[in-house]
Amino acid sequence: MIRIQFQQNLDELKERLLIMAGLVEQAIQRATESYSTRDMGLCDLVRRSEPAINRMEREIDQAALDLLAMQQPMAVDLRFIIAVIRINADLERVGDQAVSIAGRVQEMGAFANVELPVDIPKLASLAAAMVRKALQAFIEGDADLAQSVLLLDDQVDEMNREAFRSLSLLISEKPEMTPQALNALIISRSLERVGDHATNIAEDVIFWVRGADVRHKGAELQ
Amino acid sequence: MGVDIRVENLNAWYGNTHTLQDINLHIPSNQATALIGPSGCGKSTFVRCLNRMHETNPIARAEGTVMMGDVDIYKDASPVEIRRRIGMVFQRPNPFPTMSIYDNVASGLKLNGFRNKRMLDEVVERSLKSAALWDEVKDDLRKKSGASISGGQQQRLCIARALAVDPEVLLMDEPASALDPVSTAKIEDLIFNLKTQYTIVIVTHNMQQAARVAANTGFFLNGKLIEFDATTKIFTNPSDKRTEDYITGRFG
Repeated sequence: MIRIQFQQNLDELKERLLIMAGLVEQAIQRATESYSTRDMGLCDLVRRSEPAINRMEREIDQAALDLLAMQQPMAVDLRFIIAVIRINADLERVGDQAVSIAGRVQEMGAFANVELPVDIPKLASLAAAMVRKALQAFIEGDADLAQSVLLLDDQVDEMNREAFRSLSLLISEKPEMTPQALNALIISRSLERVGDHATNIAEDVIFWVRGADVRHKGAELQ
Repeated sequence: MGVDIRVENLNAWYGNTHTLQDINLHIPSNQATALIGPSGCGKSTFVRCLNRMHETNPIARAEGTVMMGDVDIYKDASPVEIRRRIGMVFQRPNPFPTMSIYDNVASGLKLNGFRNKRMLDEVVERSLKSAALWDEVKDDLRKKSGASISGGQQQRLCIARALAVDPEVLLMDEPASALDPVSTAKIEDLIFNLKTQYTIVIVTHNMQQAARVAANTGFFLNGKLIEFDATTKIFTNPSDKRTEDYITGRFG
């Protein structure tokens, strides 16, 4: 009976994390949509979602801590709870990036809507897809799917570097567009970080399922 | 100093029941090694084979090689000699109830014909200190009987008794399962300290205890050694699904 209760607790922890993930995905989706539409209402919604995300982060951490203390989990259960704690932190930071993007979009609203040499929607779409895939891997306990997320990060990094190059050039050539270019640069950087957090989540799924720590492997090879 | 134990193709039977099947295992010296597994899996039989206690049961027998250092314990030494070199502590403290604390510790030496009182005094003191019991009993060594002290103290007295004959290996069969958490912590601290001098093998049902005290852990199931590895590996990422199912409480 005790193990049945413990399994229920693990299932509840997973459900809570998925609710948290839903809030975060919605926030990032609204933030990036606000960039394309300049819809300040969406920006407000993103900012107002932050307290709920923060509250859920604390609740999930506490629930995970309780299970560690009360059940002394081992092996795959221990790895699962550790993965949940890490993924929880990454999701909260994705939420922070959504708020940051919404803030930049609001600031851009004060300036003329100009054409910028950067494809933010494409970058946003790729970063959001990474988050979605990483979470899907978590839901299904699919380490292969998680592995595929890691490969996408290079694309996001390259798009961010390209944004930096083109927007730096724009600032030097058209200084009057500096405010818009700087805000777009920060948004690009935020999306690149969203990709990093998705990578972390995917690595945590691999750790949970396979017991393998694949963090920083790329950096070490370089 | 402790010695390593190398077990090769060890098989054991109780009557017609094949209780241990082809066990191969290297227990490193001067470390604590934990053996885990569900009741009846063979882990206690295994430790009883290590000091030839298994064969004291008339219907029991064992085959295979157990090397303690360079000594083949089934060929090169008598059971009495082996049991002096390999001490054992059981689940329930079993001090000699009518003997004083002093005589409990000295009993093994006296049995071996040791009579020098000054040296006996030294060994008793050293053994009780090694078992972290000296400070609690030094004023009552001859006044109190082995059965008059608390359960946790009795278990440490049994450890002192085992240490008095200067063994190289200490086998512990669930040494803390009948003790309260404070006494359990003292036994675990003791294991931590004693492993510098002795090779320790501990059978336990308590996963957390195995995780706390042992460098390596072996998992037994149905008379077979399923997995043997570093304790950190066993408890975070075991290689065998059966080990994982057992330590996560999914069976057993």
